[in-house]
Amino acid sequence: MASVDIIDAAKSFGAVRVIKGVNIPIGDGEFVILVGPSGCGKSTLLRMIAGLEEISEGQIRIGSRVVNDVPPKERDIAMVFQNYALYPHMTVADNMAFSLKLKQAPKSEITAKVDRAAQILGLGPLLQRYPRQLSGGQRQRVAMGRAIVRDPQVFLFDEPLSNLDAKLRVQMRTEIKELHQRLKTTTIYVTHDQIEAMTMADRIVVMHDGIVEQMGVPLDLYDRPANLFVAGFIGSPAMNMIKGSIRNSSFETEKGNHLPLGNAPAASEGRRAIYGVRPEHIHLAGDGIPAEVVVVEPTGAETQVIVKAGGDELTCVFRERITAKPGETIRIAPELKVVHLFDADDGRRLSA
Amino acid sequence: MTSVAESLGKTSVQPGPIARLFDWKPFLIVICLLPAVGLLTVFLTYPLGLGVWLSFTDTKIGRDGFFVGLENFASLARDPIFWLSVFNTIVYTALATVLKFGLGLWLALLLNEYMPFKALIRAIVLVPWIVPTVLSAMAFWWIYDPQFSIISYFFKDVVPIREQNFDFLGEPWPARLSLIAANVWRGIPFVAISLLAGLQTISPSLYEAAMLDGATGWQRFRYVTVPMLMPVLAVVLTFSVIFTFTDFQLVYAITRGGPNNATHLMATLAFQRGIPGGQLGEGAAIAVAMIPFLVAATLISYFGLARRKWQQGESND
Repeated sequence: MASVDIIDAAKSFGAVRVIKGVNIPIGDGEFVILVGPSGCGKSTLLRMIAGLEEISEGQIRIGSRVVNDVPPKERDIAMVFQNYALYPHMTVADNMAFSLKLKQAPKSEITAKVDRAAQILGLGPLLQRYPRQLSGGQRQRVAMGRAIVRDPQVFLFDEPLSNLDAKLRVQMRTEIKELHQRLKTTTIYVTHDQIEAMTMADRIVVMHDGIVEQMGVPLDLYDRPANLFVAGFIGSPAMNMIKGSIRNSSFETEKGNHLPLGNAPAASEGRRAIYGVRPEHIHLAGDGIPAEVVVVEPTGAETQVIVKAGGDELTCVFRERITAKPGETIRIAPELKVVHLFDADDGRRLSA
Repeated sequence: MTSVAESLGKTSVQPGPIARLFDWKPFLIVICLLPAVGLLTVFLTYPLGLGVWLSFTDTKIGRDGFFVGLENFASLARDPIFWLSVFNTIVYTALATVLKFGLGLWLALLLNEYMPFKALIRAIVLVPWIVPTVLSAMAFWWIYDPQFSIISYFFKDVVPIREQNFDFLGEPWPARLSLIAANVWRGIPFVAISLLAGLQTISPSLYEAAMLDGATGWQRFRYVTVPMLMPVLAVVLTFSVIFTFTDFQLVYAITRGGPNNATHLMATLAFQRGIPGGQLGEGAAIAVAMIPFLVAATLISYFGLARRKWQQGESND
């Protein structure tokens, strides 16, 4: 096990700079998830850690060693690929044993390690099968088994669950988290799915356009997003954002309506800002703002309602079952403690 | 047809007899298969059948023969020239195939790497295969000419390390090896391009996984490339063996089987005996004698290489 330090790392493909200098310290045994939309550079960064892409600028350290010029096989890392990259001509056992065979480990050691990994992942009965004969979830497990057998310093996961169906994804999420709790190996995990990131990570790194937007524990990112991008990316359904300005300790929207503010940031009178409130932080209130119901989407556990309040469309999620029909008016109020304010120009968080 | 059109117009009326005939499955099967079966019969089965039939007769050009049973084969069995041609064919096929696959695989691996002007180089690689065989055979004929050979010229006059011309086609073994070289030159593109297609189906992430697993370049080739390429290799090998075993044009255009029958392949000997020699029955018998060899070669490469356990079963990726 080891820490991983990414220091001012940058990557250019020709003239295109896809990673623009990022600093990410990752502690020993930590489970860090790199999350961001497609093309934000998260997979490239992972491949730079693995040694599959060259590091154009900056440094990556694994433990105390700078690995910029260390070939992948000497970095002592294991990677789980999005398409699993299982060797189709080898059985499950041979797939897992391959790295040990290359190291010319003794047969007894290979068998012991493969059996242990198979037992951890419940692959025992499948050891003699070929990858073609396995389901998606089983292949996923074999790919993890191949990584476990290596007993590496760092596990790298590159969108490992994106080829699985929704139900299996939830199950594998739990399995991967349990695996990490059991093995305590430093893990770097790349995904575009913010739910995966929120549920699994010790710490999340939100990336966008080759830079780190915010780094922090999952709930911190949810409670105090540092900027508009993170606010919109983390949380589902996405946060409502309304343009306007701060006036008399309340928020005046561009369309001239007033939204309540708990405590406006100091010296911000008249400042142009963006008012952010999460759908689950809007409640029904008898003395609230009148809003016209547009769409009602019950999911059973909760009800998602899209309303129009003063010309702005808002998504609300209520724990209660809403019986209102489209066209009717309901009264809603945001939970003041968790209203976010962002600068209208650079998107940075204003409220404390 | 009017009745059909009318019956289609009125849904309550039964379809006409022609429409019903076309709805009858056995009839449809026969109708659809007829063109294919007809073509195969006329252009494949008939010539093959005629060849096999001729091999059991003593037909000569201009004279219908009589059925003589296995007499042609019995006389071939005592014919040293026939056995020499069998030997030549096996040597020719074995050596040429090994060289074609060695060099072809090497070329395919090179072309699979990143290199500038890749498309152009690939197109150039195909040239030996596209040129009509007789043309390239004539080129080789000149290259191997006892007097005007460019190779002899090079080693005698440009780099003077020899005093005499090479005698490429005058002695048995040099002649055989010269023909094999020509065949290899001509056959490499087919092997290289086919194997390249096979190489490109191997997912790059397999190499990356192997690299992380600690495999060196050679180990990646040995444990990833070779096994993944086996199915393609087997098919290409089968075709290549068949093409080489039945080769006729190169040998006939360059040496006509000489010197002293030393380069006769079974195909050239069959032609020599059958057409210029007029002994159609005997020529056909030599050609038919190739069939068991071809079947054996095909079976070996098919069962030995093409069918892999890991390929069986349903796949969804």
